[in-house]
Order: sequence, then C-alpha cells, then structure tokens
Amino acid sequence: MNRLLLNKLILILSTLSAVIGISFLFWILITLSYKGISALSFSIFTHDLVEGGIRNLLVGQFTMAILASLIAVPIGMMAGIYLREYGHGTKLASIIRNLSDVMMSAPSIVIGVFVFALFVAPFGGYNGWAGVIALAIMMIPIIISTTDNMLALVPQELREAGMALGGSKHKIVLQIVVRAAKVGITTGILLSFARIIGETAPLLFTSANNQFFSMDLTEQFPSLTVSIYNLATYPDESSRDLAWSAAFVLTVIVLCINLLGRFVIRNKK
Amino acid sequence: MSKKDLVMEVKDFSFTYAGVDKPSLNKINLPIEKNKITAMIGPSGCGKSTLLRAMNRIHDLYTGNRYEGEINLYKEDDSIQNILKLKKENDFIQLRQEVGMIFPKPTPFPMSIFDNVAYGLKLSGLKDKAEIEHRVETALKGASIWNETKDRLKKSALGLSGGQQQRICIARAVALKPRVLLFDEPTSALDPISTGAIEELISELKKELSIVIVTHNMQQASRLSDSTAFMYLGDLIEYDKTDTIFLNPSEKLTEDYITGRFG
Ligand SMILES: Nc1ncnc2c1ncn2[C@@H]1O[C@H](COP(=O)(O)OP(=O)(O)O)[C@@H](O)[C@H]1O
Ligand SMILES: [Mg+2]
Repeated sequence: MNRLLLNKLILILSTLSAVIGISFLFWILITLSYKGISALSFSIFTHDLVEGGIRNLLVGQFTMAILASLIAVPIGMMAGIYLREYGHGTKLASIIRNLSDVMMSAPSIVIGVFVFALFVAPFGGYNGWAGVIALAIMMIPIIISTTDNMLALVPQELREAGMALGGSKHKIVLQIVVRAAKVGITTGILLSFARIIGETAPLLFTSANNQFFSMDLTEQFPSLTVSIYNLATYPDESSRDLAWSAAFVLTVIVLCINLLGRFVIRNKK
Repeated sequence: MSKKDLVMEVKDFSFTYAGVDKPSLNKINLPIEKNKITAMIGPSGCGKSTLLRAMNRIHDLYTGNRYEGEINLYKEDDSIQNILKLKKENDFIQLRQEVGMIFPKPTPFPMSIFDNVAYGLKLSGLKDKAEIEHRVETALKGASIWNETKDRLKKSALGLSGGQQQRICIARAVALKPRVLLFDEPTSALDPISTGAIEELISELKKELSIVIVTHNMQQASRLSDSTAFMYLGDLIEYDKTDTIFLNPSEKLTEDYITGRFG
C-alpha cells in the first residue's frame, strides 16, 4: 500500500517536472516564433545591418563558422584518430585527452579572452581571424572526443580482419576503421557546427561586429549572434524587432543542422 | 609423415598474454599438413584461438605478449621460415597474404561487395582493373556466393545475411590465393543452413589450400577434418588422424572430452 502510494507520488512529481521543463521550452519557442515571425520580412535577407537587414550578418557568421570547421575538423579528427588508434594507453594520449576534456568544459567567454590576448591585442584590433580561431578552439575538443568515441565503437575484429588481409596499420585505420565510424563522426561534426554557429561569447571581443558587408577577415567581421546581443539592448523598437527576427532565423538554422545530423544517423543505420 | 607433406609446423611453442603471469600455451607441437584440414578442439578457454592467432602473427596488433619456440612456414621454394622471427611490417603483410584468417563473427568492411573482395588484392599492390575483376569473380565463385551476389556487386556488403557475409569474408581471403587459411570458429554465429554451406565450402577449399579450423563443435571437426588436435588448459593433449581421435583416442582426457563427459 505504502509502496503503491510512493510510486504514484513519484510518478506525479516527475510528470509535473517534465511538464514544467517542457512548458518553459515551448514558452521560449512560441515567444521567439511569435515575435520573430511578426517582425520577419523578406527584405532583411537582402539588406545589410546598416540598412536594417541581416544579410551581411548571416554571411559573416557562416564564413567564420565554416573557416573554423576547416581548421578544427582535420585537427580534431587527426587527434581523435591518434588517441584511439595509436596512442591508446600511452601517457601522451591521456594527457591530450584530459587537456581536450578541460578545453571542452572551458566557458566560451574564457576562450574569447584568451584569443583576445593572443590574436586581437597584438594585432591592433578586432579581426575576423580572431573570431575564426576562437570558434575553432571551441570546436576542436568536441571533434576530438566524437572521433575518439566513434572509433571506440568500431569492433576490434574489423581492425584484425583488415590486418589479416595484409594491410598496413595506417591503411586499415584510414580506409576501414574511420570509414566504419563515418556516420558517427559526420554527425558529431554537424552537431559541433550547430554548436559554434550560435556562439556569441567567443566572438564578442575577437571579431566583434561590422554593420557593413565584409569579407575582409583582418577587419572587424559581421556576426549574427553579436548583432542580436547588441540590437536587443538598443532602445528603439525596430532594432529590437530585428533582434527577434535574427534570433528566430538563428534558431531555425541551428534546428535544421541538428535535424540534418539526426537524419544522417537514421539514414545510414 | 615427411616434411614435404607439411605446410606449417608448430614447435615447442609457448605463449603468455601481456600482463598475465601464467602462459596460455605450453610447449605446443603441431604439424599442419598440406591440402588437409586440421581441426583444433577443446573446451572453451583452452587456448585454441591463441594458437591459431599465433600462426599469422595477428597477436602482434597488441603489444607485450611473450612467446618462445618456433612456428615454421614451409615455403613453396622449400625454404623454411620461422614466422616468430619476423619483425618488419612488410614481413607481416607478406605472411598474412600467405596465411589468411577467418574470424568467428563475419567482418565485412563498410564498402561494396566487390570492394570487399578486391580490398586485399589492392592492398597487395594489384592495380590492373581487368585482373582484379577476374580475381574477384573467381573468388566469389570459389566461395560459392557468386550467384547470390553477381547482380548486386556494387551494393554494400553490410546488407547481406550473416552466412553470406561470412562467405564474402572467405572469398576475400581466398582472392589472395593464400597457402593456408585459418578459421576461428567460423560458424559460431550462424544458423544451421549457413553453417552447412560454410562447411561444404571449407571441404571444397582444401583442394587449393591447407586449412586449420578451430571449432567447439565436435561433429563439425569429425565431419570436416583429416587430423584433429585436442587441447586442454593450454596443453596439446593429443594429435592424430581425426578417425583415431574420435574412435580410438590414446589419452583418457581426449576420450572423456569427445564422449561429452566434460567441456
Ligand atoms: N587478450 C588476452 N589477455 C589475457 N588473457 C587472454 C587474452 N585472450 C585470451 N586469454 C586467455 O587465454 C586463454 C586461452 O584463450 P583462447 O585462446 O581464447 O581460448 P579458446 O579459443 O580455446 O576458447 C584463456 O584462459 C583466456 O582467458
Ligand atoms: Mg576461441
């Protein structure tokens, strides 16, 4: 009797907590969609921030995120492959793994400060490259850990089978093991991309922002997230509307990349 | 039995895994006859896989194992190679091309059926496309899976059934024209029908190569093999013609095992 009651109580409490949690999420999403969509117009995609649009911001944000990925993906994958396939069990590997874990949990603002000290202050001002580097630093540990974990899921027999056919270790690793983990690694890359595309703190005082369209990474660089941060604090209605629309667009983008990640998993399994 | 009839010979071979004190194999002596099927039987954990995996040095993927003795490979030119002496990666590669291995669970690579079978050939440096295609077809026919796969060679091998995958793995190994093929419980993950197909295939293969098969299924050993080695707790207890082992073993332990008194 007592146990049944307890069971019921726990069920009710946990359902209630779930409902509270989910309602907050929906509240955010609904507010965001409502405010975002009502202020949304096609023209913001064809105009730059200086004319009340977000075109340069989208291009800037994606440029930095893509360049960061181009740096982080090869480095992260190579490090992950080293950790799992070559260094497994060695001291160096465990140092790198721990370091990477620490980096992964480092607050993004700290990474921003670090990059500021190294790539902004000495170069005389905010610049796009500094933003790219900050994002890459955020991304690398995520890629390392996904690669490492996904390779760990590849059955040992597959490596043995490859070697038993007369393969050298590096050929088996690159042509079979990494290939077997391809889906997981791709998903990890997509999710980490989704993660950095929405980051503000690492860009705030590295690449900062630019009202105009720019592809010059040695100058201040346009950013969607930093613009949302700035616009939301402006007193005028139109700025705040634009912030809502930009936030909505950003959410849709992140959502789409996440869905794409899930789609990749489902399709390949 | 003269040396001429042998393809490999294990001599006083002992093996200890990394981080373990007690050897898993003690002074094993075992001849492997040419174009014959040699079975290794014995209760789980007696060291069958350990011995088999020494015969193509696949143990060397992992460091820290210790071993002594000899495992000789009698080459086609009548020279003798103690494979335990090999050190260079290239020598391992060459050894494994000569001594292939099939694993308990099918291990298809995440690529097409054709590429699976062609993979070893490409590793071995074969580039001629027509030659590769020809050898893939021959191997698939040799592994009696050509008819089932000839219309879907470009499809992923992961879509095949377990039994088909295992035959792809055999085709993949056979394509390299090895002289010895090592089977480690090749049917342990398969249903009876696939098992029958694989057994038939193995009997067929001994025309072209020498076979060592580890099995915990005594019927399988008696159906397939010409000679049988019975192992127990890291020792090779008895080795003889399969009929003798099953009908008239000289060791009490062997008799107890094959009559099912333990194991
Ligand atoms: N990687 C390993 N490290 C340490 N001991 C092992 C390892 N693999 C197998 N062993 C031990 O070696 C013995 C023989 O194992 P194995 O050759 O796999 O037996 P079998 O194939 O006859 O079932 C067992 O006692 C097993 O526990
Ligand atoms: Mg075994």
